[in-house]
Amino acid sequence: MKNKGKDRTESRRDFLKNTAILSAGAMAVSGLVSSCGDQPAESGEKVALLTASGELVEVDPSQIKKVRKEKLGELQERGREGLAGHHWVMVIDLSKCKNARKCMAACQGAHELRPYQHHINVLQMQDTPSTAPYYMPKPCYHCDNPPCTKVCPVNATFKRQDGIVLIDNERCIGCRFCVAACPYSARMFQWFEPDYTEEQKNRVYDVELNVPQKRGTITKCLFSADRLRKGQLPYCVSACPNGVYWFGDKLEDAVTNGTSKETRKFSELIKENAGYTYFEDLGTKPQVYYLPPKNRTFDYEPVDKFLKEEQPSTHHESSTH
Amino acid sequence: MSSAPLHSDLSDSTSYEKIREDLIRPLHKNTFGNQVWIRFLIILILLGAFAYGHQLIKGLGVTAMRDYSAWGLYISNFVFWVAVSLIGSLISSILKLLNQNWSTPITRISELIAVGAITMAAASIVIDMGRPDRVLNIPLHGRLQSPIIWDFFIVNTYLVISLILLYLPLIPDIAILRDRMTNAPKWQKKIYELLSIGWQGTQSQWKLLKRAILVMIILILPVAFSIHTVTSWLFAVTPRAGWHSTIFGPYFVSGAFVAGASAVVIAMYVFRKRQNLQAYLTDKHFNKMNLLLILTMLLYAYFNINEYLVAGYTWQRLDGKHLQELFLGHEAPLFWLTQILGLVLPIILLLFRPMRKPLPSMIIAIFVLIGAWIKRFLIVIPVQFNPQFPIQNVPEHFTHYIPTYTEIVVTLATLATAILIITLLVRIFPVVPIWEVAHEKGFHKIFKAEK
Ligand code: SF4
Ligand code: SF4
Repeated sequence: MKNKGKDRTESRRDFLKNTAILSAGAMAVSGLVSSCGDQPAESGEKVALLTASGELVEVDPSQIKKVRKEKLGELQERGREGLAGHHWVMVIDLSKCKNARKCMAACQGAHELRPYQHHINVLQMQDTPSTAPYYMPKPCYHCDNPPCTKVCPVNATFKRQDGIVLIDNERCIGCRFCVAACPYSARMFQWFEPDYTEEQKNRVYDVELNVPQKRGTITKCLFSADRLRKGQLPYCVSACPNGVYWFGDKLEDAVTNGTSKETRKFSELIKENAGYTYFEDLGTKPQVYYLPPKNRTFDYEPVDKFLKEEQPSTHHESSTH
Repeated sequence: MSSAPLHSDLSDSTSYEKIREDLIRPLHKNTFGNQVWIRFLIILILLGAFAYGHQLIKGLGVTAMRDYSAWGLYISNFVFWVAVSLIGSLISSILKLLNQNWSTPITRISELIAVGAITMAAASIVIDMGRPDRVLNIPLHGRLQSPIIWDFFIVNTYLVISLILLYLPLIPDIAILRDRMTNAPKWQKKIYELLSIGWQGTQSQWKLLKRAILVMIILILPVAFSIHTVTSWLFAVTPRAGWHSTIFGPYFVSGAFVAGASAVVIAMYVFRKRQNLQAYLTDKHFNKMNLLLILTMLLYAYFNINEYLVAGYTWQRLDGKHLQELFLGHEAPLFWLTQILGLVLPIILLLFRPMRKPLPSMIIAIFVLIGAWIKRFLIVIPVQFNPQFPIQNVPEHFTHYIPTYTEIVVTLATLATAILIITLLVRIFPVVPIWEVAHEKGFHKIFKAEK
């Protein structure tokens, strides 16, 4: 598509700077919260804990619960509120995607997903028999009129002020109505107990990372809300080697490319390249835009559309299928 | 009251005592067959409890549901149970309000079915939940915008009203049992004593009772229509081809009457046989009930044609893909079998009078009921395999759904529980309302004289 240097002279507001203040604030908050929240509560009178400064202390187990609860509540609250003054948007350039799948790997790593769970899924598409096939990364579209949040009976999935659609898996009842309602197949359910050690399982749940994953609840793309809070680009966006992803703020009309770190005007990028969203007739108002798969100079190599097995080999549970 | 005697097999000289004793007699004997039957049901339920325990421990992964079939057998069962439960309102309420007095002897059967079915509808929803431990989040964090919340409240309301509507007309009967069943076990007598709440059959009590029943049969109507309409909205409010349909409400309600009416025909046959009620559940009742079944099936067929023809005519992108699958693809054999054996053929057969006799109509009703159940399955599952984007990068078996043993055993257990509820209730209460039948025969005075 465009050569890299062309837009350098444009208003080059570094995406990272935009949220620097927020990041400082976030660090202050996490500093206040004691690190002992990450320890499993054991039965017995006292529990030995290693503090952040390296000291070994003994505390009452009930104390730990309290801190855990406070920390969880805090994460839930700020997770629901979102980052004021932003409206996050993603642009995916289909002409650049070579099916490297680095985004999928980074995402699965960060969110501790199984091989068949994809917050972002690179699909092999072919619109008509006579047009060329292409690769299409598909995250959650963080719709501005999301059918998924509307149907949730307990407000476990919600849209926050910065446009991100999140899930609170401490509240989700696992009815899967949202899965049925999402037309873009963006949502997954944790059918099994995630493969965690006891310690991993007992970590305080972070709404913005959706970790630890919880059995019987929902998981999906979060636009890396935890990274945005720290002023960083989403996991997938940073991982892409081919410059497919642009991510930024609609209110600022600026998006930054995850590979080249180049920043451009969002509206111009969309206009120049005839950007579009999927199935606008559904009225969902997706916040993920696509640039058409034009002028590609690399070969399209189809790969297997299905995975071999459902369970990772290390996993000890098996379905009774 | 109606002038023409409908119970033709009861001669006009039949005394009130005979009616009373005929209807009470089955309660005296706990037959061997009955005991075996109850044990059989309990074994099924225990197996189901075991399977559900397995599901609780391992997670919903033990079912065949996956991300592209997030709703499976349990939700189809839920829809099916809600559907069956609707019959209670059709027979006790609509027919009564229309002065269709022939339905008097089968009102209790339909109310029993309603109570059993709606209880299992509620159970199916909890069974389907990924986090049943958080069921209290529904009242705690309930969001009024969600159709699940509407369903939650309306199912509970319907359950309560159905119980009341079963109980109110039972009161005078329970009082009769209290006075007549003197040789019953102690606990049973205690139940009669408690539940007859001091019924003496005084003028004012009768007046109060009749008024209460009238209020309930009027009240249950909007609730009954709402419950199945809201259930259809669980699907219709999602932007999915095959679900997002404006006629889903009436389509579901009419289908519900088909399912419930066929269940009533089967139950009528069973009770008539087992309790020797040939004189009370007569060929005439079967005839009328089957005519009603034809009517509901014709209505349902009409909605079926609307649902499939309109979508099939335009053949829009996803609608077309969905219908292709249903009419000619993977689901086609099941779909056509259901439509033909469960709807078209029964309508044609029941048009012939001999087919409306007890035995043939019972066999036909079994086909209709099974068809109704499979139809729910076909409404719930195939649509989900037809999303906007292709299904990729998951194991191939994610693209189809065949229920696992766990799901099947749990499903059978809910069926067994519904039947057990009905079986236990008819062990201690008469399945044909004594006083209502007697009233219709013109024995008003006896009631006032009694006590
Ligand atoms: S893509 Fe699906 S899950 Fe994401 S916001 Fe839209 S409807 Fe919800
Ligand atoms: S599965 Fe969870 S997040 Fe989805 S609708 Fe149900 S309660 Fe809400």
